[in-house]
Formats: sequence, C-alpha cells, structure tokens
Amino acid sequence: MTILEYIDLFSQWSVPLMILTIILWAAYKRVPMYESFVTGAKEGFDVAVMIIPYLVAILFAIKIFEASGAFEDIKLMAGWAMERVGLGDYRESLDLIPLALTKPLTGGGARGVMVEIFDTHGPDSFLGKTASIMMGSTETTFYILSVYYGSIQIKKIRHTLHACLVADAAGIAAAVVVGYLLYG
Amino acid sequence: MLNKIWFGLLLIGIVYGFGRGAYNTIWPPTPAVTINEQADSEASDGALPPPSDRNLKQMGKGLNAAALSAAEVTITICISLIGIMALWLGLLAVARDAGLVDALARLLSPWMRWLFPDVPDGHPAQGAILMNISANMLNLDNAATPLGLKAMKELQTLNPNKETATDAMAMFMAINTSSVTLIPFTIIGYRATFHSDNPAEPLFGIILVTTFSTLVAIVVTRLLARSPRFALANKSEQTDGTGDRS
Repeated sequence: MTILEYIDLFSQWSVPLMILTIILWAAYKRVPMYESFVTGAKEGFDVAVMIIPYLVAILFAIKIFEASGAFEDIKLMAGWAMERVGLGDYRESLDLIPLALTKPLTGGGARGVMVEIFDTHGPDSFLGKTASIMMGSTETTFYILSVYYGSIQIKKIRHTLHACLVADAAGIAAAVVVGYLLYG
Repeated sequence: MLNKIWFGLLLIGIVYGFGRGAYNTIWPPTPAVTINEQADSEASDGALPPPSDRNLKQMGKGLNAAALSAAEVTITICISLIGIMALWLGLLAVARDAGLVDALARLLSPWMRWLFPDVPDGHPAQGAILMNISANMLNLDNAATPLGLKAMKELQTLNPNKETATDAMAMFMAINTSSVTLIPFTIIGYRATFHSDNPAEPLFGIILVTTFSTLVAIVVTRLLARSPRFALANKSEQTDGTGDRS
C-alpha cells in the first residue's frame, strides 16, 4: 500500500474511531449519553436552520456575479497571465480565489462559496477537496478580531492584524500546495 | 464591509452581464460555434451556453435562473444539513459532557508558559485560553466564542494600558484565527450533504495545513511584537519603573 492509500484508509476510519472514542470515554465517565446527544442534536437543528438566510444572501450574489460572465472573463485573463509565467498547469486553482478572498471576511459567505464549488465541481473533485482543506484551515479573521477586541474596548491592536493576515495567506497557499500534492 | 461586497457583486454582475450580453449580440462569438449553438439551443430547449458566450436575451435568462438557483441550492443543502448537523452536534455534546474539552486543555497546558510568557501561572486567563483553543480544535464554535471572550476579559486585567493590545492578546488572536482544527465536523458534514465518497478525506490535509499556518502565526506574531514599529511605547517605561513584567 502506498502512503496515499494509508491516508485514505485512515480518513475512512477516522469517523467511526472517533465515535468509538467518544462513547467509550462517555461510558467511563458515566455521562447520560442519550440525553446529551439529544440536547446537542437540537442545537444542530438550530444551526442548520439559522444559516439559511446567510447562505441565500451570499449564494444569490455569487451566482449572479458568475452568470454575468465576469468571473469567467477574469479567470480567462488570470489564466493567460499564469501561462505567460509558466504556471499554466495550475490554472484550475483559480477557481479557489473567491473562497480565499471571502474566508477571512465572513464564515457564512465562505460556506456559500464552498457550497458553490461542491455544487459545480463535486465534493470529490480536486477543487472540492482543496476547497475543503482551505475552508478547514483558515478562520474568519476580521470577524473574530472585531468581536474579541471589541468586547474589551481595545482600540490599538498593534501587530495583530498583520500577523493574522500573514498566517491566513500562509494557510491558503499551503492549502493549494497540499491539495496539488495529495489530489492533483 | 460585507454590505459593500454584496452590493458590488450584484451590481457588477448585472451591469457586466448586460454589457457582455450586448457585446455578444452585436459581435457574436466565433460564428462556427454559434451555428452549433443555434441547433443545440433549439434541440435541448432552454440549455444556455457558458456565460461569456451568451447574447443579451440568453444573459437575462441566465441571470434570472442564477437568482432562483441560489434559493433552490440553499434549501436542498439545508434540508439534508439539518440531519447531519444534528448528528454531529449530538455526538459533540456527548464528548463535551464527558469532559473531552478539559482533557485536551490539560494536554496543551505545558505549552502555555512558552506561548504566553506575560501570563502568570495559575491566572484565570490561562484556563480560559486553553479551553477556547481546545473547543476550537474540536470545531465546537458555539462553545469556543464565549470562552474566547472570557479569555480576552482576563487578559485585559493584566493589561496596563486598557486601549492597547498586549503581546499575549495578539498571540491569542493569532492562534485563534489560524484555526487549529483536529476534526473539522462542519466540513465533513457539508461534504456528506453533497454525497461525497469519503467525506472525511481532506482531514489529513487540513491537519497538515492548519498546523503549518498556526506555526507561521506564532512565529510571525513573535517577530512582529519585537519590531520597533509595533513595540509597546510604555513597556520599557513600565519595566523600568516597577520591574514586574520582566
């Protein structure tokens, strides 16, 4: 078996193993599992229903933007530029730019962009998997900074934003590289 | 910010679409394709060419369809997402009640002193930060935010200048926003909604990338904190005066 096959096997088993760990641990701690589960599941219902307005709002704007041909034209030009500098083989990753741009701004928006990618290319395509990595390894930086610092009335945040944006950029770039290495 | 982006996307979309459609109507894209297209669009009634080849009428139709498809896609997703989210958050609630968050926090505690040298041992900020990071690792967003706000409040008690962020706050924010994730439940959930063959497949990649970006965040925050541009104006004064920060 190659390393990739081991990784695949591990990821297929990750969820069942995690469930096993949780229930064994809970049994050991004598947690009323069934009741805990139901309480949490109710929360899950709320989450799924609560995101509907945000998802509609962002998908609406993105779909209109895409249907106008603007995105296609931008990609055409960017793809041409990439070919010029010898990166033509990687032009497919241009489809991830909207996700990279929205993720630091809004979690709901980025979710919409990821859903759009799943909807158009499928979750198991190169783009679908790389989008999942990007989504999982970056955060809504601007939102978090404004909420957290706002809560204690900090006005001068010094190097925080710079550091966070550098880390975001590193995460996004690494997501694309890892995506190509694992699934390209 | 979001208001402007939303407005911009819609405005550009409709105006650009009109312009593109008008352009394609006056100068039709490559004639050879148009003949096939004509036959195609008559045969498979309603199938539109790709956006950049549409004429004015097709463009209008396309924009209409796009607006409606946003609503449709959302509902399709959310219906199946209700079940999947209920499942995950149910399991997570079991994990939370069994004390998995506390266990993770204990595992991470040796790193605290190195990451936050300004926070004294046993200070309540330590506990809040640990719990927030642990909750983030398990993708418990709802639990993470109140813990994070508590951590900020505790860090503020150690802050001599209440309007300026401390090094510890910047480090906490950098770690928090670089999103250390162990198990990305939400993403697995979304992938399952779209009938992925292996919803947990990107897990390995996510752990790899998130570890890398967190390391970058820590290093960059450390380096920037020392640079003269961001140095605390009153830090040296304070150390000179009281000596309790060194």
